[in-house]
Parts: sequence; structure tokens; C-alpha cells
Amino acid sequence: MDTRKISRFFVYFFLTLGALIMLLPFFWMFSSAFKTTQEINRFPPQWLPSRLSLDNFKRAFEMAPFARYFMNSVIVMVCSVSITTFTTILAAFAFSRLRFPGRNVIFSLLLSLMMIPFEMLIITNYTTVVNLKIYDTLYALILPFTSSIFYTYILKNFFDSISDSLYWSARIDGSSNWRFLWKVMVPMARPSLMTIILLNGLASWNSFMWPMYVVVSKENRTLPWGLQVFTTEAGSYPELLMAASTVVVFPVVILFLFARKYIVRGVARGGLKG
Amino acid sequence: MKKKQTADRELGNRSFLSKIEPYLYLLPFAIGIAVFTLYPVINVVLMSFKEGYSHLSRNFDQWGLANYQTVINDPKFAQAIGNTLKYVLLVVPISTCIAVVVAYLLNQKLRCSALFQTAYFLPMVTSITAVGLAWKLMYNKNFGIINYLLSFIGVDKIPWLENAAWSIPALVIFGVWNILPFTIILLLSGLQNIDPQYYTAARVDGSKGLRIFLRITVPLLAPTIFLVCIVNTISCFKVFSELYPLFNGKPGPFNNLYTVVYYIRYAMMESRKYGIAAAAALILFLFIFAFTMVQLLLQKKAKKR
Repeated sequence: MDTRKISRFFVYFFLTLGALIMLLPFFWMFSSAFKTTQEINRFPPQWLPSRLSLDNFKRAFEMAPFARYFMNSVIVMVCSVSITTFTTILAAFAFSRLRFPGRNVIFSLLLSLMMIPFEMLIITNYTTVVNLKIYDTLYALILPFTSSIFYTYILKNFFDSISDSLYWSARIDGSSNWRFLWKVMVPMARPSLMTIILLNGLASWNSFMWPMYVVVSKENRTLPWGLQVFTTEAGSYPELLMAASTVVVFPVVILFLFARKYIVRGVARGGLKG
Repeated sequence: MKKKQTADRELGNRSFLSKIEPYLYLLPFAIGIAVFTLYPVINVVLMSFKEGYSHLSRNFDQWGLANYQTVINDPKFAQAIGNTLKYVLLVVPISTCIAVVVAYLLNQKLRCSALFQTAYFLPMVTSITAVGLAWKLMYNKNFGIINYLLSFIGVDKIPWLENAAWSIPALVIFGVWNILPFTIILLLSGLQNIDPQYYTAARVDGSKGLRIFLRITVPLLAPTIFLVCIVNTISCFKVFSELYPLFNGKPGPFNNLYTVVYYIRYAMMESRKYGIAAAAALILFLFIFAFTMVQLLLQKKAKKR
């Protein structure tokens, strides 16, 4: 009995210690975002700021157009997620329910395209964006992310699990494919769609490398890219940098508190794709 | 009656419209994939064999292997491959070992398991580049919290980000922290697939904690562990966004930490040699392709069982 208690204690002890280490960078970011210049340059470091003032946020927003970056991030995220969701629903339905020659061959070819790293596509996509005359615009951040093989794969798997008899009885009742898709399939697939939308939204919000390649001017930067540019602008004021980082990270933390289950489920499935 | 007629019409006569219907559903998806995935794949392969390609005139001298020769003989690329392999060989085993233990503990019946999960999974969803800036602050030699905490166990101030030798451990620690949530989640779902009967049987036999962990959990989890290692190897090969915030966008304090993706970016943006960048990207792909094949083989094996 006693050894059980001791081992329980160690389980909690190690898990708590690990959790604190995992959270330390977030704590440090949020706490530093409120510190003054003196407080942040102190040794031994000060764990908590002496007062909670939004001064750093105000100054950061004055030094760089973070409000604009924020809006850009939101616009890009909303556009690319809603378009992707739409194209994904249609494509997943076609691959799951409609019949056309070569359906399965085409789908497995698409799956094999999934292993191609985005890093390999950047060279061409960069020139494509230049040729389309959308270099350094928000379109350059949206258009390449309007369809996704991976999300189509997830949704098709779900559509496949819905029984065929439901489809045929609806068709006999005179329902068109289009109607059946939006009135029956999509409402049933709500949890899967939720996962897709969340994963896609997070990927868009955090996206860094692509904006770095195709966006240069101030008014078209998104948050993560604008933040990295800000490091050179605010080099000597780490507290402003932490305030700006908080703007990028904090909304996601809040989202994660509420939507953890959907996100984790999607990741557990996504990691085992193929 | 009317309903029936419509159904007959829809199902019976395969009109022109119903024949092209599937393609209409696929069209919006197909445009995006064709322009931004399929075409780039083909183009990057062609590009890598174009010698003397100029991005302005879009002309090239001839087809050949010159780009590959240049890349392979470039000491910078050799450095990039070396650093990338070092990163993979450090981050993947370390994160897997930690994740196995954490996943095992998280799989116990716990109070506040939601709280623990939130803490351990959070780095997965937050921007690497933004959190990287917080790490940069924590790594600060003089005021950083990490050197402060280490001072309690008698470690002198470490120049994490200023010294070439220390920059690799700094990057690796950050990389492990960053990849842990994903690794834990996959291992946790692997653990939850283990039949509880095995544990009951072991307990009946009188086995205890550590013995159960080593003799039952780890062997039964082995397929998942291998799979996680491969998936993580693939993602670590692409290391870039972890590096960027730590050193103000430079690869290391003395440009000593070039990785393959950094090399691609350098060839593309700084020297504007698209052919070189394409060849380097294809070499990266070959590594990824090899590991993906192993992954598919393992998954096939796992399905058979």
C-alpha cells in the first residue's frame, strides 16, 4: 500500500515538473511582455512584473503596424480556410460517392503527392506568384492554400464510413447529389470538419516560411513574419518583442484550451496518414 | 409520383450533365492542386537538370547534371547536410525517449489529466517562430532564466547563442521541446491501443511498475515508436523555422548552422540560382522519400497483424 502511494507521488511529481518545463517559455513570454526595460535586464531574473500595464503593447503597436499584421493574418486565415473547406468538401464527396473512370488511381496518386515537402514546391510557386503578378499581395498568401490533399483524405475517410444505403434512398427520393451533400453528409461530418478547419486555421495563423518568401512590404505582412522583422526594429527592447509575440501566441492558447480534443484527435490521425 | 419521376430521370438517363458532374465537383480542388502542387513538382525536377538557368530570361544552356555536381561539391551544402543529420540524430532519439516515459505516465488514471495534457500539448499549436523569440530571451547569457536555473546546480554561465559549439545544443533543446507534443500524442494513442488484458495478466503474475513498463509496454509499443521516429525524422530533415528566431534569421551565430532548407533558401534568394536550389530540394526529397518508404512498409506490416 505504501509503495503504491510513493509511486503515485513520483508519477505526479515528474509529470508536474515536466509540465512546468513545457510551460516555462509561455510563462516567460507572457510575464516579460509586462516587464519594464530595467526589470527584464535584471539578474537574477525577476519572475513576475511588478505591475500589469499594457504600455509595452502600446509601444510595440506604435513602432510597427501590428494591428495591420493582425488584420492581414485574420484575412488570410479566413479566406484560405473557407475556400479550402469548400474545395475539400466537394472533392471528398466526389472521391467517396460519385463514380468516374480512374477514381481510385487518381486518389492514390494524390496520396503519394502528400509526401512531397512544401520546401520543394517553393521554388516554382515563388515564380508562379511572380508571373501571376500577385507577388507581395495577400493573394499570394491565399491562392496557393485553397486545396489540400491531406484534408480531403481525412474527410473522404469519414464520408466513406457513412452507409451507402442512406445515399441511394435519398437519390430514389429525388434528392440531387448537391442537396444530399449539403443536407445530409456535411451536417453528419461536423466533427471531422471541425478538426479540419481547426488544423487548417492553426497552420495558416502560424505560417511563416511562405510569407517570408513572397511578402516584402509592411502593409502585406502577416503576424509571424512581421514579428521576425520586428526583431531587428526592436532589437534592444526585448520586452516589446515579447509583447508582440504574445499577440501572436495568446489567441492560439485560448483556442487550444477550448478545442484541445478536436485538435489532438486530428493530429493523432494525421500523424498516421499514408 | 412526381418524386419518382425525377428520380427515374436522374438515375435512368445518364445525361451529359450527370456524366460530367463528378468533374465539376473536383474542379475547384483540382485547379489548386494542379497549379500549386503538381506543376511545381514536375517543374522542380526539370529545373534541377537545367544548366545555367537564368531566372530573368528563363533561358538555360543545356540539360545535364551540373547543378547536382555543384551542390554536392559545395562545402556549404556538405555543412548543411552534416548539421541536418546531427539535428535529426539528436532530436529524434531524445524526444522519443522522453515522450515514451511521459506518454506512459499520462496514460495512467490521473487526476487533472486534462490539465497535464494541455501543458504537454501546447507547443504543438503555437507559432514556432514566436515562441522561439521567448527561447532566445531565456537563452540569454547574462539575464537568461536558463543560466539562472543552471546556476543552482553550479553551472557557469553558458553562451548558448553566442558560441558555435553551444548553438547546436541550444537548437536541439528547443527542437525537442517543440516536437515533444506531437510525439507524445502519437505514442499515447499507441498506448491506448494496447489490449488491457496484457496488463491484467502481468499483474496476476506479480509483475510491478518498472518491469511492466519495460517488458510489456515498450515491446508492444515498438511499432508505434518506430513509426514516430520515422515521421519525426522526416519533419526534422526540414528544420528551418526553429533556427530562424534564435539567431535573428541567420543560420547560427557565425552562419555555422546551415541546414538543407536554409541552403535552398540561400541558393534561391541570395544567389538567385534556382537550378542549384532545385537540385538541393531534390536531394532533400530523396532522403524524405527513403524514410517515407520505410514508413509505408512498417504500416503495411502493422496492418497485417
